[in-house]
Amino acid sequence: MKRRAFAICVASACAFGPALAVNPDEKLADPTLEARALALSREIRCVVCQNQSIDDSNAPLAADMRVIVRERIAAGDGDAEVKNFLVSRYGNFVLLRPPMRADTWFLWFGPALFLIAGAAGFAAYLRRPAIPASQAVPELSADERRRLEELERRGGA
Amino acid sequence: MAPELGQMSIMLALALAVVQSIAPLVGAMRRDLVLMRLGDSLAVGQLSFVAFAFGALCYAFLISDFSVRVVAENSHTLQPALYKFAGTWGNHEGSMLLWAMILALFGAAVALFGKDLPTTLKARVLSVQGMIGAAFLAFIAFTSNPFDRLAPAPSEGAELNPLLQDPGLAFHPPFLYLGYVGFSMAFSFSVAALIEGRVDSAWARWVRPWALAAWCFLTIGIAMGSIWAYYELGWGGWWYWDPVENASFMPWLVGTALLHCALVVERRQTLVNWTILLGILTFSLSLIGTFLVRSGVLTSVHAFALDPARGVFILAILLGASMGALALYAWRAPALAAGPTFAPVSREGALVLNNIVLMAAAGTVFLGTFYPLLIDVIGDDKISVGPPYFQSTFAPLMLPLLLVMSVGPMLKWRKDQLPAAARKLRTPIILAGGALILASVALKSVLSAVGLALAVWLVAGALAILAQRIRAGAVAFGESARLALSLPGATLGIILGHASMGVCVAGIVAMSAWAKEDVQMLGPGEKLEISGYVFTLEDVSLAAGPNYEAERATFRVMRGGRPAAELVSERRYYPARGVETTEAGIRSNPFVNLYVALGEARDGRHVVRAYVHPLAAFIWIGALGMAAGGAISLTDRRFRLGARIRLDPAPSPARAA
Repeated sequence: MKRRAFAICVASACAFGPALAVNPDEKLADPTLEARALALSREIRCVVCQNQSIDDSNAPLAADMRVIVRERIAAGDGDAEVKNFLVSRYGNFVLLRPPMRADTWFLWFGPALFLIAGAAGFAAYLRRPAIPASQAVPELSADERRRLEELERRGGA
Repeated sequence: MAPELGQMSIMLALALAVVQSIAPLVGAMRRDLVLMRLGDSLAVGQLSFVAFAFGALCYAFLISDFSVRVVAENSHTLQPALYKFAGTWGNHEGSMLLWAMILALFGAAVALFGKDLPTTLKARVLSVQGMIGAAFLAFIAFTSNPFDRLAPAPSEGAELNPLLQDPGLAFHPPFLYLGYVGFSMAFSFSVAALIEGRVDSAWARWVRPWALAAWCFLTIGIAMGSIWAYYELGWGGWWYWDPVENASFMPWLVGTALLHCALVVERRQTLVNWTILLGILTFSLSLIGTFLVRSGVLTSVHAFALDPARGVFILAILLGASMGALALYAWRAPALAAGPTFAPVSREGALVLNNIVLMAAAGTVFLGTFYPLLIDVIGDDKISVGPPYFQSTFAPLMLPLLLVMSVGPMLKWRKDQLPAAARKLRTPIILAGGALILASVALKSVLSAVGLALAVWLVAGALAILAQRIRAGAVAFGESARLALSLPGATLGIILGHASMGVCVAGIVAMSAWAKEDVQMLGPGEKLEISGYVFTLEDVSLAAGPNYEAERATFRVMRGGRPAAELVSERRYYPARGVETTEAGIRSNPFVNLYVALGEARDGRHVVRAYVHPLAAFIWIGALGMAAGGAISLTDRRFRLGARIRLDPAPSPARAA
């Protein structure tokens, strides 16, 4: 219960404060490196927020993480190395793009499987035995039946 | 006194709903006209009592009756009247009451306007509506009583969450609920048809307008939420793939599939089983959306109700409704008559392709929303699924959908040839191909180029439908104009809807390819520049609103030495809740949004975040255009004709639509 209350407080600090995200004094001088840092921080989740990247978040911890990203980049790390560093510190939770591994296999390939399953289902449907169109149009008899009901109702009233 | 009357009304409405869920159903089984007709009065009675309760709650909010707990927790005497009123549904209890009222409204609509429905079908539909109503009224009565009293009553309320004090958000929930709950009609008609054991085109003529209306409301609701997030959350995003956004997006995707599929049932009496399944799934996803938001299972910006007891109750409703309906489906659906066959290349085939992709898309959103929960439960790890996941999975899925969107309407029912369709689409193919080549050269980004070419493809494809229907070029101009004026609503609807999707795609691509931003510390007179626009901070002053204090910054934006806009951004502080919000300054025209948000002050200067968003407005113009297309489609005579057809033995004139 306490943990939840804490989470709510923190979440509201993230979401409801005015969004500043990257502060001017955090930015790297080199525009190419800064662009990389910006792109990278959009893939990193703020650990104390609900569903916000560290670029969007106003939480102090997100600011720390933004600085870490820039420090690593300035030190010459590649994007993957920066991510690995953050994962080693905060866990897989920080990756907004979840890692591909055995238990996320379905997450990543599910969409393609849905599509294939849909196509296979459709193919099976198309191969079903044909029904003569004359048998498959109940419309006329339905109308007649309802007209009959209508007449009965009027007759009864 | 009014709150007690309101509470009593809820109990009475619950009692009526329970009877409504049983009596007409039994009546239909026994062919008892009296019991069947009872459903009508019960549905109207249920609506009257729920509406009375809702009115009583509105009244408590408007007169600031702080002896009522939800009013004390969500209102304030200084709050503007609009937000006192909107506060009625800006909290868990009130929003569930709104949910129940809209549900009762749809039930009563069947009772009052369904005079031409077959008596047994109508009775069964009303019973199913009654069951849903009873479940939600019980939920309100036993876990979420909006009329709980406080003793002693506080002298002042705690105020509505300032983030929700916004005209856009005030009417976001009602629209969203009209959409969610509107799909209950598709659900009730599907379940009733399964019990009934038969479906015909009259059934589809009834279901489609209701599903279409619900879809329009949901589209507007989602668009409003997105616009609100864009200007109120202050970081210029318009869609976050937040679980609660996903919760409204899943019923939208499946609802879109349902609309298109119901078209096939109406015109060709085939794909009946599948349409019924979609009707069940769409509403089940609406219930899942309600569950996600109301239970707080995924705490997010939106989830402001965090009581597990409520979560379990809604989960029970959700499982009861969807599992019950699906079991009924498994049992009864095979008995329904299968319709005539069709070739893979045909209007039906294109609509099936639309359905497959939309379902896969909805499944993807579902996976992305629930997978973190699953991993959390089965393993000891925690993962996040954020926008990058959806960009790599959802976006590619849209490609075949958007491609087939312009082809489908050109295909004939039952059987057609692709070369014939390609001939009709010569102009869109040339335009989209040209756009692809031009954009690839100019943008150096294949993805953006493909996106823009698709946008052109959709708009040109929609206009090709128009050109075909008015026989542009083939007959004299006057004749074309005459044909244009007499186009049926459904045709205008598809043209506007599909073209609007193209507009929306253009906006999305432009936002992801060309949006530029900068953040700087600015003092008065200092400036920053983004893609040729120079933002100058003119001055910062203090301002006071009815229930907040604000720092108000004025910006002048120049482009090429000429004034482009004056923007005002505020940082507001609401003392009652101790909450700060940002009001972004936005100058919007269809081609570019200039956006500036004032941040905190340091040493006499302010953090200023500025954006230039080309074509951003296209996203929402497109979304609202789609809703307008749906609305125009609703005016089509055929819907009314369908209802009247059994009084008028003359066959409906065949239409080329």
